[in-house]
Amino acid sequence: MSDELIYLDNGDTTKIDDEVLEYMLEFYKTSYGNPASLHQLGIDADENLSEARQKVSSFINCNGDDLIFTSGATESNNLAINGVANFYKDKGKHIIISTIEHSSVREVARRLIKSGYELTEIGVDSEGFLDIDLLEKSIRPDTILVSIIYANYEIGTIQQIENIGKICRDKGVFFHSDAAQAFGKIKIDVIKENIDLLTFNAHKMHGPKGVGALYIRKGISLSKMFEGGAHERGIRPGTENLPAIMGFAKAAEIAYRDFDKIDSYVCGLRDLLATKLSEIDHIFYNGPKGEHLVNRLSNNVDFTFQFIEGEAIMLHLTLRGICVSSGSACSSKTLEPSHVLTAIGLKHEQAHGSIRFTLSKYTTEDDVLRTAKNVKEVVEILRNMSSFNPEVHSELNNENAVTFYKR
Amino acid sequence: MALKYTQATIEHFTKPRNMGIIDNPDASAIEGSPACGDMVSYTMKINPETLIIEDIKFKSYGCASNIATASKATEMVLGKHIDEVKMIGTSDAAKELGGLPSVKMHCSVLAINGIKAAIREYEKKIGRIEDKERVITPELIKKVLTDVIHPKHGKNIIDNNNVIRVKVEGQDIYVVVELEPDEEMFAANIHEEIIEHIESMKCTHEVIVKIESRTGEFI
Repeated sequence: MSDELIYLDNGDTTKIDDEVLEYMLEFYKTSYGNPASLHQLGIDADENLSEARQKVSSFINCNGDDLIFTSGATESNNLAINGVANFYKDKGKHIIISTIEHSSVREVARRLIKSGYELTEIGVDSEGFLDIDLLEKSIRPDTILVSIIYANYEIGTIQQIENIGKICRDKGVFFHSDAAQAFGKIKIDVIKENIDLLTFNAHKMHGPKGVGALYIRKGISLSKMFEGGAHERGIRPGTENLPAIMGFAKAAEIAYRDFDKIDSYVCGLRDLLATKLSEIDHIFYNGPKGEHLVNRLSNNVDFTFQFIEGEAIMLHLTLRGICVSSGSACSSKTLEPSHVLTAIGLKHEQAHGSIRFTLSKYTTEDDVLRTAKNVKEVVEILRNMSSFNPEVHSELNNENAVTFYKR
Repeated sequence: MALKYTQATIEHFTKPRNMGIIDNPDASAIEGSPACGDMVSYTMKINPETLIIEDIKFKSYGCASNIATASKATEMVLGKHIDEVKMIGTSDAAKELGGLPSVKMHCSVLAINGIKAAIREYEKKIGRIEDKERVITPELIKKVLTDVIHPKHGKNIIDNNNVIRVKVEGQDIYVVVELEPDEEMFAANIHEEIIEHIESMKCTHEVIVKIESRTGEFI
């Protein structure tokens, strides 16, 4: 067991950048005012808040006035969907999402069914790309909102957001996108891409946890989720988490400052890891591959290791100091396999054997090589003890069984 | 999540005892299925004179708890008379490991029931018990449902009073389960587990499971 931890779960959260942490400390120690206060400390805080808002807005090409800060992507998603659904209920009660949304979109939209809304979930292909023709056909006169995840957290698929945005704009339907994974890794332009509402946050790109944002295009109204003061245009009451917001702005600034360098570096490591892991038999790469690799998140690698189970792989790797995540039911609190993996057509037993590796700018080539080596050993150990006999369970010996990663 | 296991569980997971397959076994069984993410197989040698388990090996397709409980279970039964093994409770493998997270308690049930299934087949083979057709009654179904573990509490759904009605009507079996409103997240899993356990009785009935909450219907 190595003393040095290899952290490949950056899709869950990331290590905060030292530069960001340093910058935030000042706002805890000395500039601790409430932006709503009218004395000097409050006025200074308000100025800092405006500056941070301007800065974060500039990275998605919107005005500061169109951006509100929240506690993170989950809150932004809840607010966007419930907010639009409730405010525009007289206009219509039909909502469209994809089958691979994060639970903070999916469960919110599904819960609305109980209040009389209708929900359409648009399917995706085997690499996770949305069926755009079906989306267009599914928009009805009473459709009020389309919400499609920008880039998927599990298999890294980046959707054709500009096309989706154009369809929604042409049909006069609001378009919300959850960019929790995409922000900082993809240059987003809400104007060019016709995005009406955009969710994003700080902690997936080396910023602090507990802070996010929601872009709301001018002219769109949202019903608020809770009552309180007039903070964040009254839509999101509660004293702003200023140190975290400042850290958010700083982290975004760094992500954009070093964008090209980080993007090519992480992409290189991603492809190295995928290539090394592909030396293992009976595995397949989940998400975009081959010529579609350009539409895959720069830091995402997801494989199914057949005939073994993901939580067992994960625990072996944990004991070897390597942090990853799994789409297996056994590693989920509800004992259900990842709905993203079943949505791209994986059988339950294939979803159970999946492992997601998410890299960051702090990942090294040595981390990748050591991970690949350890995964090979662990897969062999578990396959040796597996009661899952591919000859007995011949239904699993289909064309998917040996689909190797193609560069 | 992964680190909430006891030292004994980690020990059996990383260094499983009695792993493998015995050629020409006297008894064998496969319990569970890959689709559920849990499957364990046993092969064993039983002395026909003494009815003592003289050798046992397991293989597991499953999570850490599945591997650890199967490994522990083989240790628990090795050298024991089959009647003694039949007395082992389904949660005993977990107890011997110092406990499992409640969401993993079903692994212990699977590990113990796998061995019991192998013994039952063996007893039928040697004519120790009769292979008679079972009449499906609500009582029998309730007995089978004591092997369905509620992931939140780690207790079976019968003792936890979740099963509020079991009815056999012609070729249909109806099971009505009630969950607390905040247990909705487990509804799909419990639904699936009930069907799987009743179907494992190898009856030809249609299984209809309804999961309700005090505030309305889930599924």
